Amino acid sequence: MAAPLCLFLKRPKLVWLFTCIVTALTFLISVLLLQQVITHGTLVYELGGWAAPWGIEYRIDQLNAFILCIISGISAVVAMAAHTSLQKELSKDRHIYFYMLYLLSLTGMLGIVATGDAFNVFVFLEISSLSAYALIAMGNDRRALWASYKYLIMGTVGATFILIGIGLMYQMTGTLNMHDLAQRLPEVSQTRTVFVSFAFIVVGVCLKLALFPLHLWLPNAYAYAPSIVTAMFAATATKVAVYLLIRFTFTIYGLSFSFTTLPLNILFLVLGLTGVFVASVAAIYKNNVKHIFAYSSVAQVGYMIVGLSVGTAAGLTATLVHIFNHALMKGALFLALAGVMYRLGNVQLSGFQGLGRQMPLTMAAIVVGGLSLIGVPLTVGFISKWYLVLAVIENGWWPVAVLILLGSLLAIVYLWRIIEMAYFKPANEHSETVKEAPFSILIPVWILVIANIYFGIDTRISVGIAQSAAQSLFGITP
Amino acid sequence: MLIGHYNYWVVVALMMLGFFIIIAHGNLIKKIIGLTIFQTSVFIFYISIAKLDGGSAPILAEGVSDYSNPLPHVLILTAIVVGIATTALGLAITVRINEAYGSIEEEFIQKQDNQT
Repeated sequence: MAAPLCLFLKRPKLVWLFTCIVTALTFLISVLLLQQVITHGTLVYELGGWAAPWGIEYRIDQLNAFILCIISGISAVVAMAAHTSLQKELSKDRHIYFYMLYLLSLTGMLGIVATGDAFNVFVFLEISSLSAYALIAMGNDRRALWASYKYLIMGTVGATFILIGIGLMYQMTGTLNMHDLAQRLPEVSQTRTVFVSFAFIVVGVCLKLALFPLHLWLPNAYAYAPSIVTAMFAATATKVAVYLLIRFTFTIYGLSFSFTTLPLNILFLVLGLTGVFVASVAAIYKNNVKHIFAYSSVAQVGYMIVGLSVGTAAGLTATLVHIFNHALMKGALFLALAGVMYRLGNVQLSGFQGLGRQMPLTMAAIVVGGLSLIGVPLTVGFISKWYLVLAVIENGWWPVAVLILLGSLLAIVYLWRIIEMAYFKPANEHSETVKEAPFSILIPVWILVIANIYFGIDTRISVGIAQSAAQSLFGITP
Repeated sequence: MLIGHYNYWVVVALMMLGFFIIIAHGNLIKKIIGLTIFQTSVFIFYISIAKLDGGSAPILAEGVSDYSNPLPHVLILTAIVVGIATTALGLAITVRINEAYGSIEEEFIQKQDNQT
């Protein structure tokens, strides 16, 4: 879209303004699109004027439009803080490339969500991930390079798995259009080829969404990338992968195939819950605050997958709401960390001593985000936990509900370590000069924090859309 | 049956070879080579499913009634481009890893990371 233009604008500040305007416009368009879809139903745009089964189409239904809004909204807010944060973390001549890659990966993610063509998914996936690898490699620490390399290997293997799966599907049905696939697959759903293609796609997507035990690339990649990149990807990239999983398991293969013919729900349930616990425990023992939140991202992905595994409209609603809410809270947390990074130069836990008094607004944002992560009432985290537990209990899985709540307790442990450091320890001698983060970072942080609280109290918008999107998916796949 | 579909056997063999190299080798360049082999096997797979015995190129001509399916070829053209981009980026990162760590052996890099 607008990414190549960035190269022509030579001054970083101009490029930054341009990025902000573009992302804000994208967000506006997504919101309008969502309204259109809600009032008029599914929208279809045929690329190049070729009709659907032959040409490539963009197909926007409520689920897409909802995810599009989340991604573009977060990226617009994050872009606002980018300029200030980058000044400390990136040499000046690289700023232009940063914005270019930022927009490219945004394009890729929006493309994955918007498209109605299975092969197109692969192409957009590679666009967004290639720019993601490059963005992560921009981190100051040399470990960023190593993390980026690992991510590249894992991510490419995942994408190639998806490619194999799509190829096998095409072999069986002769079509790449998602809608068409959904209609033709049931005829051949008992063949081994389709089973194999499904397995390849699920493993490939799970690599991308960092489901335990395929999450190993994520913590380092998030911890050593520039803070802005972390804020952007933590809030959006895994969400896109979860969307893909929903798209493939629910729309294309159909619920009865994924969950009845194959025992995917049990697999997801077990892996999701193990992910929650292993990642939360890992987070407790980490000393780099970015590491802590990165592991907690893996745990949150676990919750989303548990929601999927329930296999009812209520479960799917919980997953969608959690996608929305997790984007808000992780965006706020990592952006606040970008503020800490700006003043301190690192985010080691020991450096947080006494920050509660020196950077009150930033730390307050982290506390609110953290409470939301735990699931305290009046924050968005509570809403998603509430719906998740409701969906699980509706299915009669009492032990699972208990485990979910235990998982939240683990979140309290690792967040308490940060809060204790920030509020109850005296300040370090050398950090006494540390001041509040600059306003250009604080404003985006607080936009997200206030959104956290607002959507935690007034759930009509987020839950309403998620519910109707989930129900419409179940309408297609009875 | 087994011999007739020998191209699929080649695909599976290449795929496993490539995957094995990615997992087993500690050298970053070798890992990328493995990745490329892995991707190439998928390209061959796509081309295989498009081929029809005795089919010709999809150009309207007299006396020809069977055509190979051109769509997978087009898809693979895109995938090859993506593959090249991935390889290039991977190699570029390897160069910078070499500058930063002075090595492209996985064990060596991991050891340096553990010290700091």
